[in-house]
Amino acid sequence: MLRDALLIAGKDLRLELRSRVALNQVLPFALLVLVLFAFALDPDRGLLARATPGLYWVAVLFSALLALQRSLSVESADGNRDALRLSGLDPAGIFLGKVLAVATQLAVLEVLLGVGVAVLYTTRITGWVLLAVTCVVATASIAAAGTLFGVVAAGLRVRETLLPLLLLPVLAPVLIGATRAFEAALAGSPSEGWPWVGLMGVFASLYIVAGVFGFGPLLEES
Amino acid sequence: MTTEAHRQDIDSTGSNGTRVLGIAALIAMAALALFGLVLSPADANQGEVVRILYVHVPSATVAYIGCFLTTIGSAVYLWRRSRWWELVAYASAEIATVFTSIVLVTGMIWGRPTWGVYWVWDARLTSTAMLLLLLLGYLAVRRLPADHEVRTRRAAIVGLLLVPNVIIVRQSVQWWRTLHQKPTLLANGVGAKIEGLMLFSLFVGFIAIGLVFAWLLIHRFRLAWLEDQLDEAGLDVAIAERRAEGAAS
Repeated sequence: MLRDALLIAGKDLRLELRSRVALNQVLPFALLVLVLFAFALDPDRGLLARATPGLYWVAVLFSALLALQRSLSVESADGNRDALRLSGLDPAGIFLGKVLAVATQLAVLEVLLGVGVAVLYTTRITGWVLLAVTCVVATASIAAAGTLFGVVAAGLRVRETLLPLLLLPVLAPVLIGATRAFEAALAGSPSEGWPWVGLMGVFASLYIVAGVFGFGPLLEES
Repeated sequence: MTTEAHRQDIDSTGSNGTRVLGIAALIAMAALALFGLVLSPADANQGEVVRILYVHVPSATVAYIGCFLTTIGSAVYLWRRSRWWELVAYASAEIATVFTSIVLVTGMIWGRPTWGVYWVWDARLTSTAMLLLLLLGYLAVRRLPADHEVRTRRAAIVGLLLVPNVIIVRQSVQWWRTLHQKPTLLANGVGAKIEGLMLFSLFVGFIAIGLVFAWLLIHRFRLAWLEDQLDEAGLDVAIAERRAEGAAS
């Protein structure tokens, strides 16, 4: 299972390295969202500074939607879904591999977006440990839930509109949790952030387990 | 002969059992109107507005029951390939959506005179709104323009995760709001002491709404079952027609 996961993750990341879709399109989009927030909220009145953690995670969520669509459209073209099914790879391994690849791309995006926030919104960054752990669990949550619901929506004509409808309400706890944890870290009181990390940990575990068991039936059909 | 008997069957989704149930629901609703609107007194704090709660609270309860049925039905479907349970999940999700909307609307109407606003970012309100969105997501998948098998299998995965999602959303929203303010808003509403006729009216509300829920659910389930049969029969009829065309030419 793990070997299959690494194989699939390697394949997806190699695809990304060669096509650079996430780097050339998703990342600029994320930075664009940051700039748009600055236009919408007047940066001089301190609104932007207070809302920074929330804006950061909304930008991550929207970019994650794009990254997920990309990760799934790779599999739907040219009957790749059938090829995956015939490959003899463990469905759980395929799921974990896709999650790993998306999570890796999101992690890179989060670091660069973090630099963007620090520069554009002049945020003073404190509480590094909490920030890093929050990023890890939140990214795992987004990637796991996103891949599972992405496959639910995959291969359908309505998938672009269906995925956000399915995924965003489900990810609401992650947005709340990651935002509060970031607020706690930036406010210099990390102890308030750790319960949120725990909640997101439960969320990520739930979706990884659901994906490991649910991916087989989802791939088999049609 | 058999087709005639069959046609008799599908004239309506009613049966003697559901007719009795339906009449009982009507009587209970009439009793609820009588007790809720006339006999029970106005609340000391909330005044006449309290009467909305006789519908609001039971609706919330049956909406939750519908969600549980959806998750259980989806789980059994995935586990046992039971079509019956799949349709139970689908039917209860639809009815739960209706009752969740009723909860939100009656809650807002109640909130405007009581709190002075239609909406507050209270834990219960927010998680109910999220519940409605999650249900709409399930229904969107279940009604996809795709193969029957694709629709049901994918919807079942979403349905299976419905209750876990609701629990996590509730937990997160609870923490989120309680960090800022204590959830005192509802404390003098539902949680406050109720007794006498008001308690009895609420009890009548539970019975009436519960009966309506059961009646709607049974009919919706039968309708879904017939739709299912029609899908299959339609295919058979089409095949038979094409074969007849082939034989004629």
